[in-house]
Amino acid sequence: MTVNFATEVITSKGDKLSFNTGLFINNEFVEGANTIDVINPTNGEKICAVQAAEEAQVNAAVDAAEKAYREVWSKTPSRDRARLMHKLADLIDANVDEIAKIETLDNGKGIAFSKGYDIPEVSKTLRYFAGFADKLHGKVIETEGKLSYTRHEPIGVCAAIIPWNFPLMMAGWKLGPALCTGNVVVLKTSEITPLSALKLAELIKEAGFPPGVINIITGYGAIAGDKLARHPKVGKVAFTGSTAVGRMIMKASSESNLKKITLELGGKSPNIIFDDADLDQAVAWAHKGVFFNHGQCCCAGTRIFVQEGIYDKFLERFKEYTSKTKVGDPFDQDTFQGPQVSQVQFDRIMSYIKTGKEEGATCFMGGNRLGDSGYFIEPTVFTDVKGSMKIMQEEIFGPVVAVSKFKDVDDVIDKAHDTTYGLAAAVFTQNITRAVTVANRLEAGTVWVNCYNELDYNTPFGGYKQSGIGRENGEYALENYYQVKAVKINVGL
Amino acid sequence: MSADLQTITLPTGKKLEVHTHLFINNEFVPGHGPLIETINPATEEVICAVHSADESDVNAAVEAADKCFNEVWRKVAPAEKGRLVNKLADLMERDKEELAALDALDNGKAYTVARDIDITESIGCFRYFAGWADKIHGKTIDTVADRWCYTRHEALGVVGAVIPWNYPIMMAAWKFAPALATGNCVVMKTSELTPLSMLKFAALAKEAGFPAGVVNIITGYGHTTGNFLANHKLVSKMAFTGSTGTGRKIMESSSASNLKKLQLELGGKSAQVVCADADLENAAVMACGGIFNNHGQSCNAGSRILVHSSVLDKFLELFVKATDETIILGDPFAEETYQGPQISKGQFDKILNYIKIGQEEGATLYKGGKRWGEKGYFIEPTIFINCKNNMRIMQEEIFGPVVGIATFETIDEAIAMANDSSYGLAGGVYTSSVDTAIRVSNEIKAGTVWVNTYDIFDQSTPFGGYKQSGFGKELGKYALQEYTQVKVVKFQLLNTGL
Repeated sequence: MTVNFATEVITSKGDKLSFNTGLFINNEFVEGANTIDVINPTNGEKICAVQAAEEAQVNAAVDAAEKAYREVWSKTPSRDRARLMHKLADLIDANVDEIAKIETLDNGKGIAFSKGYDIPEVSKTLRYFAGFADKLHGKVIETEGKLSYTRHEPIGVCAAIIPWNFPLMMAGWKLGPALCTGNVVVLKTSEITPLSALKLAELIKEAGFPPGVINIITGYGAIAGDKLARHPKVGKVAFTGSTAVGRMIMKASSESNLKKITLELGGKSPNIIFDDADLDQAVAWAHKGVFFNHGQCCCAGTRIFVQEGIYDKFLERFKEYTSKTKVGDPFDQDTFQGPQVSQVQFDRIMSYIKTGKEEGATCFMGGNRLGDSGYFIEPTVFTDVKGSMKIMQEEIFGPVVAVSKFKDVDDVIDKAHDTTYGLAAAVFTQNITRAVTVANRLEAGTVWVNCYNELDYNTPFGGYKQSGIGRENGEYALENYYQVKAVKINVGL
Repeated sequence: MSADLQTITLPTGKKLEVHTHLFINNEFVPGHGPLIETINPATEEVICAVHSADESDVNAAVEAADKCFNEVWRKVAPAEKGRLVNKLADLMERDKEELAALDALDNGKAYTVARDIDITESIGCFRYFAGWADKIHGKTIDTVADRWCYTRHEALGVVGAVIPWNYPIMMAAWKFAPALATGNCVVMKTSELTPLSMLKFAALAKEAGFPAGVVNIITGYGHTTGNFLANHKLVSKMAFTGSTGTGRKIMESSSASNLKKLQLELGGKSAQVVCADADLENAAVMACGGIFNNHGQSCNAGSRILVHSSVLDKFLELFVKATDETIILGDPFAEETYQGPQISKGQFDKILNYIKIGQEEGATLYKGGKRWGEKGYFIEPTIFINCKNNMRIMQEEIFGPVVGIATFETIDEAIAMANDSSYGLAGGVYTSSVDTAIRVSNEIKAGTVWVNTYDIFDQSTPFGGYKQSGFGKELGKYALQEYTQVKVVKFQLLNTGL
């Protein structure tokens, strides 16, 4: 039985936003086991409640996906898959305004970013991967007395568990490669930011995807996420989130059906600024590197290492630049930084700021809540830090950065590597040899030279060390979504 | 001076406006070459006259393309190029009927075939290559410790393309799609026998939003317009589909001018091998299409059928049945028509002459052999049996609805006969045995080998000949390397102790 959960909310600016709060299974919005309240981080008030999935609903979604794969999607020609993905991308572009507002309402990120970056990236990513659908090649390999060839076959039902920091963009990064390689998907969104994906669900149906190919549910990680990670019919789980939960996903796979896993986890990425860097550029990029998305980026440059010679000058200019950060209502066009996503995150970040002070670091600027409504935190800078401090080792996931100095390249590389993470890094220098050799030495999945947080849908993204397993985006993403079969025909043995 | 837009009337009574000038730099401009009349081969009547390009026009087109490449197209983001190619495909989809009607009118192919195969596959070709635009990857290559090396796969610049009349839009799509997706600008000379549909395409390219100079479409005679293009020093590459004879001339022109890169899709005399264990019903139906599709006017036509002697009678019976049932001649715009007229009087005469030669050489004319009807260049589907592989009708490309059937006793003999040709474009083998299928397909010296089917194309698999059928691949990822050049950049990293 389909129950209609159509909902309408009005934003502070008077915009009417409509979406459906049911679980999206088999192209219908259905009831969950219970409901979860969705909070507006700008003011702490309830936006609405959404249906949440527990075991029964997870099973229903997986069953729907498996049926769709077996009966329809596995027989759908690759170019038809591509057409549907293009159609969905077109619908996203046509509805960018409303979707962006939903994203800003739910997550708190500035409207300029939702509309100018997050949502357009989803359609670009879908179009990019749509282009790969009919280009998945195996090989023919010369062997003795045989015709041997490989096939790159879909896995079947893929689960994707995504976080709240880039709600719809993270969905795009998973759906793109999963669909173009011929898989079906059960996507579990964060219960903190479930709304934009529910809007996407309407467009998925409108685009003409067969029922069951893409299913979108939400629920608590410990319940819905866990059930999905353990489900015997799910062939693969792709997870983006904290390292702690990443371990649980790996454990769940090991205890269930050894499903393939990809993990995009946390980071504590070093941003290295040499004496000969263009200082103004370095300041601007360093700011973007840590304060973009309110510091809620796995790849944020949260440890800035500045070479001795320019340390004082850098700090002075960085303070000046950072003091101009526009923190405020995310629905204002020129807001750079909105609220943190939830009370829990807010408390956690404030707790780290307190810890930093207790550990003996200097709170160089910021450190306080902003205003008395919503989860706003001032851009915060610590100096006089030691590598062993918690604020230098643990991921804070907020607008908090630690700045320290270094002597020379060997010194800074040691310091940069003093972390269990390895997601990203950056080098600022004008010298080409230094740029390339340092980039080549750094243990990180992405190294930026003279820039930061430049993410493209066609270059691979993922972590070294405990920042994760596997790569998203670019051609490299595909290999996480297919399995290789070798066929060896006897022709003359 | 005639206006660019002319009104023509289709046999259905519908009126269409067609462009007749040259398309250079996103404008339709008059040409300075002779006016060329394009004939409707079903009625032998003039449709209209089009402008052709002389040397100054070719220069104008090439210079427009060159300027656009250096100043504009080179700087357009790859994803944007892909988007434009997709947009073009959307517009072709929108105007599908009109494009199909122009091909049917100008070329004589059945309207339903033009619409459901030519235009449909052309649209698919553009969509396929649009997806490659932002996926042209170089490599990083490790050599020694203080060296950093990587390759770039760069566009060539101005690509010259000369296409034939047998699939006017599809031959253009096969060149434009990879050329544009890899970032080149194109000057295409269409066949003066079938210029109309690509002038409509030109208008769509402008509507899609391609910057001026990316797409340039002109027509004219091969020995003049085509020759000027092949010799032009600013053209970095010539992509040619047509006869082997003209292919040689293009190669000569390249050697005499600027050693421009070449890609040649030339003739064929492809053999279809029917084994004793073949599903004969299927083989008959597929082999029939294999030779008679497009009125035999396909470079890859399976114009020699080699049949195991033990199944000749049965196969022949089924082959004739398939021919009678499927190959319906008639007005290209009639719903039930499968085969229209041959393209021109010249081709018509040439084919009838080969039929005469075949009989003189001692082959048995088993079916057909004559003109069909009183008006239009229609020729009956024609079957010769008792052929020997060294006959002229088994060695020379006829390019019409004429097939030569010979027999063989052993698979080795069949393979030897199939390969006994200066051509190597395609081949086919009909068998139910895995071993035979793989062995024969391995051994046939051709760029495409079909097994238990024929003349089936996909945008994602490559097409191109062995031997004197040409070199270079169209379609599939393989086409990309025809339209890019590789640069390696090698940094010496000085003072790596920094």
